[in-house]
Amino acid sequence: MSGLEDLYREILLDHYRNPRHRGELEVPPAVRAEGFNPLCGDEVIVYVDVGADDVVQAVAIGGQGCSISQSSASMMAAGIRGRPVAEVRRLVRAFKSMMSIHSHEIGGEAEDDDEGGGLDPDDMKLGDLEALRGVVKFPVRIKCATLSWNTLVQALDETAHP
Amino acid sequence: MSASLPPAIKDDFPLLSRSVHGRPIVYLDSAATSQKPRAVLDAMAVYYATVNANVHRGAYEIAAQATEAMEGARRAVARFVNAASANEIVFTKNVTEAINLVARSWGGANLGPGDAVLVTEMEHHANIVPWHIMAAERGFELRWIPLTPDGRLDLENLDRLLDGVKLVGCTAMSNVLGTLNPIRRLADAAHGAGALLLVDAAQYVPHLPTDVQALGADFLGFTGHKMCGPTGIGVLWARAELLDAMPPFLGGGEMILDVRKDGFLPNEIPHKFEAGTPPIAEIVGLGAAVEYLSGLGMDRVREHEVSLTAYALRTLSERYGDDLVVHGPPEPAARGGVLSMAYRDVHPHDVSQVLDQHGVCVRAGHHCAKPLMRQLGVGATARASLYVYNDESDIDALADALAEAGELFAW
Repeated sequence: MSGLEDLYREILLDHYRNPRHRGELEVPPAVRAEGFNPLCGDEVIVYVDVGADDVVQAVAIGGQGCSISQSSASMMAAGIRGRPVAEVRRLVRAFKSMMSIHSHEIGGEAEDDDEGGGLDPDDMKLGDLEALRGVVKFPVRIKCATLSWNTLVQALDETAHP
Repeated sequence: MSASLPPAIKDDFPLLSRSVHGRPIVYLDSAATSQKPRAVLDAMAVYYATVNANVHRGAYEIAAQATEAMEGARRAVARFVNAASANEIVFTKNVTEAINLVARSWGGANLGPGDAVLVTEMEHHANIVPWHIMAAERGFELRWIPLTPDGRLDLENLDRLLDGVKLVGCTAMSNVLGTLNPIRRLADAAHGAGALLLVDAAQYVPHLPTDVQALGADFLGFTGHKMCGPTGIGVLWARAELLDAMPPFLGGGEMILDVRKDGFLPNEIPHKFEAGTPPIAEIVGLGAAVEYLSGLGMDRVREHEVSLTAYALRTLSERYGDDLVVHGPPEPAARGGVLSMAYRDVHPHDVSQVLDQHGVCVRAGHHCAKPLMRQLGVGATARASLYVYNDESDIDALADALAEAGELFAW
């Protein structure tokens, strides 16, 4: 049985209580993207400012939602600032791979250590984001966890930089 | 108290004997869909096992029996809502399809530039989006009846709002607030202004005695799966002369008298609006559901829900005070058993997740009423909704489980 403690890890609740990088950025130079979860009405706004060197200079998160969507957004913001866009995109893939219900159901735990999607977990340290691993056991909530990440990808795709 | 319904009523519903996460299920999501009594499940199984044939064709015995099973159910549904004739009962997939039928058929023939359709801010998307679609196509205006702070219709400016309106669309009971709306008053006002009244009765027919003639509506939709029946079967009731005058909705088999290379003649009502092979077993199931509810007595169903709603409001208020707000009218007699809760600042998704671990099933989300959510200033609510099989023990389980949500998210 999946207990609530698998879902609501302490570090997750900490990010929910004290969200990092809440706020707005000036557009431009930042890019703004909105994401909606039509099932529950959660919405997230992601601002990213990517410098000429293709490094994420600043990130800010707006919107409202449940503990899973908000803590995921907070951890994401904390995890991408100061990183090159290419690395951020690899982090997105690593996170979404962790959130993939199929690799867990079909491949089992061993799948987690593979280079699924061309990523190396040693290279791509998920850090605090590991706390969201338990969400996979609650499939309805996976969309909450991935909402800000999909919105981040939208924002990155809109930046002028390649 | 709620002694008017048989105490062992849960035993009629097989699903209610299962457990969830090792706990007995506490089903509090009947506004989304109700559970089904054994009588309905059996009726559908017996139909398939002993009668199954296509309807309204075939001279052989079981084809005639299938047709009679379907038309008998239509008569039972007509009696259940006191329709003047079984011909006024059009079977649809659900209320959504019933409203789309009216919007497309009646709206397509009667609405255009300069006209207006008036709906309320507490409508379900099913009574909003079909009008948005048709408004974009036909160029009429979509207008809104606002709400009071305690979640009732604000009818102060109704006369002015009705100017130029050809149809008023209103829910009989809000699926979020539980508010029971003054349908008779709206019908009289609409008719006085030369408009028709369409009633979304999805949350009303399952819970209150319904008399479509006394309500004074022109169109009224309801759905089987919220009233002990199966999914996939709903009803559009409309006055016969309106249905007679309306063009067909979907074209195909069953809805025609004759087809030629240069055109077709539509069938009589209600068949004119029932293209293709209907969901016969579901219609039989709906017939069994209205017989089941009639056996309980809709007066007693309503009485049970008023007293259980009062118990729920009292219990939640005693246990949680100002930490828990139930949206909508505070008086049990003015509302149905739909309790949309805001519990401190715990997000509804998190509330329902914790409740689920206790076997308590509530719905978290916007309940397909986003304009209303914006009006309430919330993104979502956690909604517990009651039906015939719920009792005080279910409310107690809800109140107990809420305590853990409070502990987990305390800071």
